[in-house]
Amino acid sequence: MVQEKDQRGLLIMRHNEKITQEIRRRIAHNKFRDHLFWIIGLLSTLIGFVVLFTLIIDLFADGFPRLSWSFLTSYPSRFPEKAGILSAWVGTTLVMIVTAAAAVPLGIATGVYLEEYSKKNWSTHIIEINMNNLAGVPSIIYGLLALGLFVYFLKLGESILTGGLTLGLLILPMVVISTRESIKAIPNSIREASYALGATKWQTIKDHILPYSIGGILTGMIIGLSRAIGETAPIITVGALTFIAFLPSSPVTSAFPFLTFKWLFDPFTVMPIQMFNWVSRPQKEFHLNAAAAGIILLLMTLVMNGFAVYLRYKFRKRIKW
Amino acid sequence: MPLVVSENLKAEVKNLSFYYNQVQALKNVDLPIAENMITALIGPSGCGKTTYLRCFNRMHDLYPGNRYQGEILLYPDGLNIVDSKVDPIEVRMRISMVFQKPNPFPKTVYENVAYGLRVRGENKKNLLHEKVEKALRQAALWDEVHDRIDDLAFNLSGGQQQRLCIARALATDPEILLFDEPTSALDPTATLKIEELIMQLKKEVTIIIVTHNMQQAARVSDYTAFMYLGEIIEFDRTDKIFTHPSRKLTEEYITGRFG
Repeated sequence: MVQEKDQRGLLIMRHNEKITQEIRRRIAHNKFRDHLFWIIGLLSTLIGFVVLFTLIIDLFADGFPRLSWSFLTSYPSRFPEKAGILSAWVGTTLVMIVTAAAAVPLGIATGVYLEEYSKKNWSTHIIEINMNNLAGVPSIIYGLLALGLFVYFLKLGESILTGGLTLGLLILPMVVISTRESIKAIPNSIREASYALGATKWQTIKDHILPYSIGGILTGMIIGLSRAIGETAPIITVGALTFIAFLPSSPVTSAFPFLTFKWLFDPFTVMPIQMFNWVSRPQKEFHLNAAAAGIILLLMTLVMNGFAVYLRYKFRKRIKW
Repeated sequence: MPLVVSENLKAEVKNLSFYYNQVQALKNVDLPIAENMITALIGPSGCGKTTYLRCFNRMHDLYPGNRYQGEILLYPDGLNIVDSKVDPIEVRMRISMVFQKPNPFPKTVYENVAYGLRVRGENKKNLLHEKVEKALRQAALWDEVHDRIDDLAFNLSGGQQQRLCIARALATDPEILLFDEPTSALDPTATLKIEELIMQLKKEVTIIIVTHNMQQAARVSDYTAFMYLGEIIEFDRTDKIFTHPSRKLTEEYITGRFG
């Protein structure tokens, strides 16, 4: 700054050239750093993207020619060109049903309890910390726990039920966490509005808390199932078979009461195990089968994630906060 | 300072103290609530006026560590509504509340107004329709929304949403209606409408209103209580308080010297 006097003799301040240049130099320096980070960010993004893209392209190049109707409707075979994934995808579907049926009600109830009912004291704090850490426990640990609990102790056998419950345990923390997060997003003023009208806690939960958070809860459930569908380790631990040439008994029967749960206790295999089995064989043709099964597994995950996006849109479009 | 009113009493606060854990937020306050009149609670931020208001429908019971001492007697039956043996839900069914910010449920206009009735187990369609329409008319909202009763409440303007919340509170025929700074989130036009509405409503229901806006208290209320640091400094007819306050502190506050 320089100080000068104007015609009236008043002191005025004016920037001089030197200071302007200094400011411009500094801006140029800052902008350079701006660009630098832009480049670093872009490169990081590209690395992830390119690797993933290459993997998928490779998978499609290998597996796509093997995809056919008979691949989906055939049992595994000694002959790679006759082998299919019927028992695997049926097994995966049934296990997922059990997983969802076990984890979702339990997870939602836990989440609602922790958010709306439990007092905030040290014991709920410990439960909370445990719950968050459980989401990061390696899946094989769940497999070991399930082997002891479901197979040896409860004698549920090496069955679809055991597999589903094991994966249910695995995704339970995710369902709980997503339930809690979406309940937390509901403003307290909505709760107070409900209570002020004389609603009980349960009325508030069933009329407001659950309906307004269901989009987020379902999204969490599907993200959990998407993780569960690719799990191999815990399923092998509880004794899923690697080669299976029959289907579990049908849940629908011709005789009364037309529904049976016998399939729950049947042995099974799932997609990732079938893939693992094929990859571990020496013949190149089996490797192609594994790639083709990978495409199907990827599609199943994609469909589930698409469904999650749809649910989120459907339930949240009317709720703004 | 005699705390008396010439009208019938709808409620009477006697020696009420309120604690947030160890902090005493209300200190042995008394207050008569005149039937079918509007009582305003004014005072600077943090003086305890909202805390006071929320005692009347036991909102504090929703959070742990809160404790009441003393009495709020609800007439004609003389029930002490802050007695821990009295179910807060019973109190809330008799005393409704309108909040600071409009807080409609993300449901339709109709379902918002009907919710209080549904909570009470009312399912008859005709009766619900009748009561919803009556409440919307009472809240001066019917003419504006009668053709979009099944629209989401969020599509209404801020002022309409607040009148919807008033309709929701009225639908269950409360004995007292509590307003917690009901216009603080609204523009002047919407504020004027709500104020007119509040003055209309006193024919049907006893009203207690908290406001930080002294002009609003002067415009709408019949009685005013001036609060400071958890105590009632002065209570009188509104015209008296705003023209001839008897306490120095009251005068300083209403003339804008602090607060």
